[in-house]
Order: sequence, then C-alpha cells, then structure tokens
Amino acid sequence: MKTYYNPTHEYARVDGNIAYIGITDYAQHALGNIVYVDMPEVGDDVTAGEDFGAVESVKAASDLFSPVSGAVVEINEHLIDNPRLINEDADKNWIIKVELTDPSELDSLMDEETYKAHCEAEAKH
Amino acid sequence: MENNQDIKVTPLHSRHIALGAQMSPFAGYDMPIQYEGITEEHNAVRNACGVFDVSHMGEVTVDGPEAERFVNHIFTNDIAGAPVGKVFYGMMLHENGGTVDDLLVYKRGANSFLLVINAANIAKDVDWIMSHASEYDVKVTDISDFTAQIAVQGPLAEQVISNVLRIDGSPLAFYTFEEIIDPHTGKPLLLSRTGYTGEDGFELYAEPEVIESCWDRLIESGECKPCGLGCRDTLRFEVGLPLYGDELSDTISPIEAGLGMFVKLDKPEGFIGRDACAAQKAEGVKQKLVGLEILDRAIARHGAEVLSPEGEVIGTVTTGYRGISVDKSIAVALIDARYASKEQQGLSVRVRRKTYPVAITPKRFYKKSYKQ
Repeated sequence: MKTYYNPTHEYARVDGNIAYIGITDYAQHALGNIVYVDMPEVGDDVTAGEDFGAVESVKAASDLFSPVSGAVVEINEHLIDNPRLINEDADKNWIIKVELTDPSELDSLMDEETYKAHCEAEAKH
Repeated sequence: MENNQDIKVTPLHSRHIALGAQMSPFAGYDMPIQYEGITEEHNAVRNACGVFDVSHMGEVTVDGPEAERFVNHIFTNDIAGAPVGKVFYGMMLHENGGTVDDLLVYKRGANSFLLVINAANIAKDVDWIMSHASEYDVKVTDISDFTAQIAVQGPLAEQVISNVLRIDGSPLAFYTFEEIIDPHTGKPLLLSRTGYTGEDGFELYAEPEVIESCWDRLIESGECKPCGLGCRDTLRFEVGLPLYGDELSDTISPIEAGLGMFVKLDKPEGFIGRDACAAQKAEGVKQKLVGLEILDRAIARHGAEVLSPEGEVIGTVTTGYRGISVDKSIAVALIDARYASKEQQGLSVRVRRKTYPVAITPKRFYKKSYKQ
C-alpha cells in the first residue's frame, strides 16, 4: 500500500484499485474538534480535484477534495455518530473508499516526503 | 493569513501571541479566535470562568446639559430618569427602522453617558451620532482608541475578580456598574456587571495600562481561562443574543429580530426610527428571525438557504453551529414571516448539495443564568 497526498491535505491510501480517502493528521490538528463529516453515498462518483463533502469543526466547514476519480464503494459509517475519531487517528479513520477509474491520476499527487515538506512550508506562514 | 497594513491591534495583542492564540482579522482588528480550543473555552465560561479581550469594542462619551435628551432621541430603550450606575441595552435606528448598531448605554452622571458600540461600526456610528447632535447642547467624543476592555465571564466570575483583582463585584446587580479605583494600579476602572455569554460576569473598562495589569494577573492566577472570539460567538448564539452583521443590520429592524422589548415606542419625545417600528408592530413584519433545529447532524451556517415546503428560498441562516452546551445542530435564520410560526411544518435548509428538514424553535437554545 502506498499513500498519496493532495496539497489540500486529503490522502489516498491505495491498495490495488481501491483508495481509502481521508484527511491527514496535519489537517485534523489544524481544524480542531471535528463535529460533523458530510459524506457522499455509496455509488456516488467522485472526481479528482473536486469536492465530495466536508469536515466541520465548531468554527467552520472545510470542503473535502478528492485526490482521485472513481465510484464510492464504502463510507466510514463510524464517523456518522463519532466524527471525533478523525481527531483521534486521522490515518486509521478514512472517510470514503473509492474504486479507481484512472490510476494514472496518482502520478500527479504528492508522495509522503513532498507532502511533509509542503506542511512544513505552510506552517511557517 | 491576511497581510493588511491597516489592521489594528489591541493593547493585549502581544499577550495573545505569547499564549499561542490562533489569530484572525475581525472588524479591522487582529483578534484571538481561540487559545486551547473553542469547545474547552466555551465550557470554561459555562462552568467556571473565562476572560476575553474585547478592547476592539468602541466607546463614545456623550456629555452636556442635554445629554439625556439626546441619547434618548437616538436610542430605542428609555433612559429617562434612570439612576446613575444603570446600564441599558438597545439600538440606534435609521428612520426606516433598520439598525445602525446595537449598543450599551451607561449612565455615569446626570449629564454624562457612555455608549459602547460594535468595533465594526465605530466610524459609521460616530458619524451618525455626530450628524444628529448639532441641535443638542452635547459634546460627543470617540474614546475607543484610549479605552481597553476585558470581559470576565462565568459562574465563578465574582469570586475570581475578588480573589485575583481584589475587586468586590458583589454589590452590583446585573446591568449596573460602578466607577472604582483599581486597587493594584491606583487608576480609574469602570466595573460593569454585563456580558455577552448568557452567564454571570463583568466587563472592565479602563486605560490600556490598567487592563493589561488585570489581564496578566487573571491569566497568571490560573483561575480563569483565556477565551477567544470563537467561543464568544457560540456562547452568545446559544442564549439567543444577536450579533450585529448577522441578526441585526442596516436592513434588519429590532422588531424583525424579535427584540421589541428594547424598543420603547411610548417614549414621550420618541426616537429616530420610532414610526417605522410602530408600523411594523401594528401591521406585522415581512421577515422575522426564528430559531431552527436541524433534524440531522448537518450544520447550517451563516448564509445557508432556508426552503419552504415547495422548495422556494424563503430566507437565510444568520448564525448556525453544532451546539456545545446543547447537543444539537441549531441555527437562527431570517425568513419570510409567513413561515415563521412554531406550527410551520416542512421547512428545510440547503447545506452544500443536500437539503435537511428543520423545525422552528425558540431562538434561545440554552437558558441564561444571570445574577439578578
């Protein structure tokens, strides 16, 4: 399994043609206590670079941008009643599972090293 | 991060940075939004004590032989004959009933009043007040830049200011104040039993040096948590207090906002905007503020559209949160008055691409606990 990243702090952990999409630990930390996750439904299509839902802290809603295109095959139902699971472990608590339609999209995403540098640069601002 | 050369700071700004606050521009000031977190700070105020820097608020003094008559002319509440030491909440209105600002009026002396106005409106309000003052024998002075303010809020506030600041707030009833000498700095301080959280508490006004000293002692004591504007908004919202720009504005009257109890239509000399308010009361309003409970976990925030049973847009959300003291998704919305009855069924809100059913509720989601 390899993990890819959006500059907007979503990850795609890829296992074969399935991607687990969630937000990074950096993102959950920046958001603070998460009180709601707006998720698509199983069967919906998501498109790379487009929003598929939102995570909301007390203060604000942040749109979620999909790193990949494909069909939603599963949503993390634990997040419906317990959105704070993302604060506890953002890597483990993915938000949606997507069946990839175009694995070549992964080439335009950041790898872990590039993403780490991206976060460090952002934190300095 | 906004890089605006013109942004103002309060006298406590460097202290917020040192405490690691998340800062954000608000009403032209770089203000702390949160320190530890909105939820933690909100709960500290509901259950114990928190301190807010609200030095961005504006202060205007009105003095002179006709000060009382003038203030009563521009203010919706009735201050005639009030005792010194009394605080009034009310609004300044346009002739058409739209709200110039909501404010507190402090009666400091027979001919001396202090008006506390919203930071975002200081320039507009001062111009507006001045423009109506020419026919009265009064002197209007904007002292905002020389006045700092903190709010100490929560059920333990009286105890905290006594323990830490050696200031006895116990004689003050809610919405009264006293001008005292701060025992630590020996300088004047206005101590007011008021606030914007729905909890008991005090607001302290003084020159920056005095407020800096009070803030430092309160923070060092550990008896009182620093609180940002983030939880100030969740606290005031849960108890139904309006925020200018959301629930009141140049195009929203206090009658539409459900604040008619602060509009004294029968004042003998009237006030600016009186006739428009009287007409709205007599004929009914076209738009009205209502509370909404979203029957889902989704959160309808400022600007979310409210829909009729037929799916037409009938208004927008003015403030909305996942409640902190109330475990529900709640909102206040300005909607077409025809849909604003408690019995109304079938309304919904649009959040991103989905709609969620809502029920109309009172605007006060959480019970206030003031000291009477």
